[in-house]
Amino acid sequence: MKYMLLFMSAPTAEGAEPEEGCDFEEWVVFDKEMKDAGIWVSGHPLQDLTTCTTVKVGADGERTVTDGPFAETREVLGGYDVIDVPNLDVALDWAARSPGARYGASVQVRPIADFGS
Amino acid sequence: MSEAAAGAGASVRASVEAVFREERGRLLASLVRRFGDLDLAEEVTSEAVEAALVHWPVDGVPDRPGAWLLTTARRRAVDRLRRDQVLATRLAILQAEADRADPVPAADTGRDLPDERLALFFTCAHPALAADDRVALTLRCLAGLTTGEVARAFLVPPATMAQRIVRVKKRIRAARIPFRVPAPDELPGRLPGVLQVIYSVFTEGYAASSGPDLQRLDLADEAIRLARILRRLLPAEREVAGLLALMLLVHARRDARTGPGGDVVLLEDQDRNRWDRALIDEGCALVVTALTGGPPGPYGLQAAIAALHDEAADLAGTDWPQIVALYDVLLTLAPSPVVALNRAAAVAMRDGPEAGLALLDALAGEPRLRGYHLYPATRADLLRRLGRNGEAATAYREALALVGTEPERAHLRRRLDSVGG
Repeated sequence: MKYMLLFMSAPTAEGAEPEEGCDFEEWVVFDKEMKDAGIWVSGHPLQDLTTCTTVKVGADGERTVTDGPFAETREVLGGYDVIDVPNLDVALDWAARSPGARYGASVQVRPIADFGS
Repeated sequence: MSEAAAGAGASVRASVEAVFREERGRLLASLVRRFGDLDLAEEVTSEAVEAALVHWPVDGVPDRPGAWLLTTARRRAVDRLRRDQVLATRLAILQAEADRADPVPAADTGRDLPDERLALFFTCAHPALAADDRVALTLRCLAGLTTGEVARAFLVPPATMAQRIVRVKKRIRAARIPFRVPAPDELPGRLPGVLQVIYSVFTEGYAASSGPDLQRLDLADEAIRLARILRRLLPAEREVAGLLALMLLVHARRDARTGPGGDVVLLEDQDRNRWDRALIDEGCALVVTALTGGPPGPYGLQAAIAALHDEAADLAGTDWPQIVALYDVLLTLAPSPVVALNRAAAVAMRDGPEAGLALLDALAGEPRLRGYHLYPATRADLLRRLGRNGEAATAYREALALVGTEPERAHLRRRLDSVGG
């Protein structure tokens, strides 16, 4: 069963340092743990929100491109990993082990939809 | 059909339903464990009962009705998987992954039939489910209640409850919430959720929040039965002993709690000879277990308070200083305005109504007590004891506007009359 771990963080204020406490080294360790356990499927960190562009195509086919995210969001998706584990409890354990679950941030755990079965 | 045959049919049906209620949780747990799917397990459980209703009147009730139902249900499940390859494939994957997650088979306890309900307890009380859904699912799957009965317990229309249960089962399947017993290191985090569900069933059964009957004994009995099972399955967990003790010690007063007309009788007016000594003795022994060998838990403490009430000859002879001291510990462990309210009532018994009233007034702005009828009712009683009848009448009226059950309403009306309201 595949689950996506979505690492949600509070938005970083413009010009501010990256989230306090969240150590790059911890992410490297977490990344290695997932790969060593053989559960890691895919995943990427994302650039911060200031680099986001939003695209929308209206009913008339007109494309609108806007700078930044479409709506103000309290939490920002900072990156994700897809893992393949037996059940939700195991997925929650991995989420809890990640640096993304600490320092006031949180991890959303969502099962991957499988329309093939 | 002749009248005699119809009568026999009805009696067999009653006997099947009695067996079914008793065995349903065990049956369901075994089938879920084997097939990994709650829906399939429920469907074949129902089919097995239908089959029993056809065969038992002809062949007689088998010696081991539970085993008969289990065998029949398993066959139905296998038949269904033969017909439905998509489902079979999905469940085969589930099984493979369950083995991957849990490579060591569950220890055989050496009992006649392994009781696999513990895993189901933890699934039904899983933190990924909403609190009300956990109670509903536990009542449905482990207490063996019908959807209609669960709906009545929740005071919602049966169709609403049916939809809700379908939605919860879909969530369990889609998110793959597992059917497994948490590892020892996970237990401290997961067990309180299971205990909370059982205690919710008990409180709902004991003091029905609404409706004509003050007590719904079947739900209270179910909660005690569930706790006994859990205690057998987790004998080293002191809070399980504490919860069982608490429920037994409260339940011991059930016969004295209502008068002949179904009217409510308060602790102070109860005929203590009508308390169930056997339940009190069992509860008191469990309190010792719950409070020995480590720091106390919230259920153990509440059970100790209930034990002090049950052991007292009368209200005046109750060890109120000890009860207040236990509430003090409970407040540090599990702070809650309801505990603070109960502590205030105990202080009123120890130090007089004025002291209790001062504590109650300090809780006046507490949002979690707004809408809780026992807050104004407790205040009204203290005001009445102080002879402040006008204020007492106002507080009784506030309580009357909030109270849910008819017997409690009648009790408050009598009290209101007694203060000239």
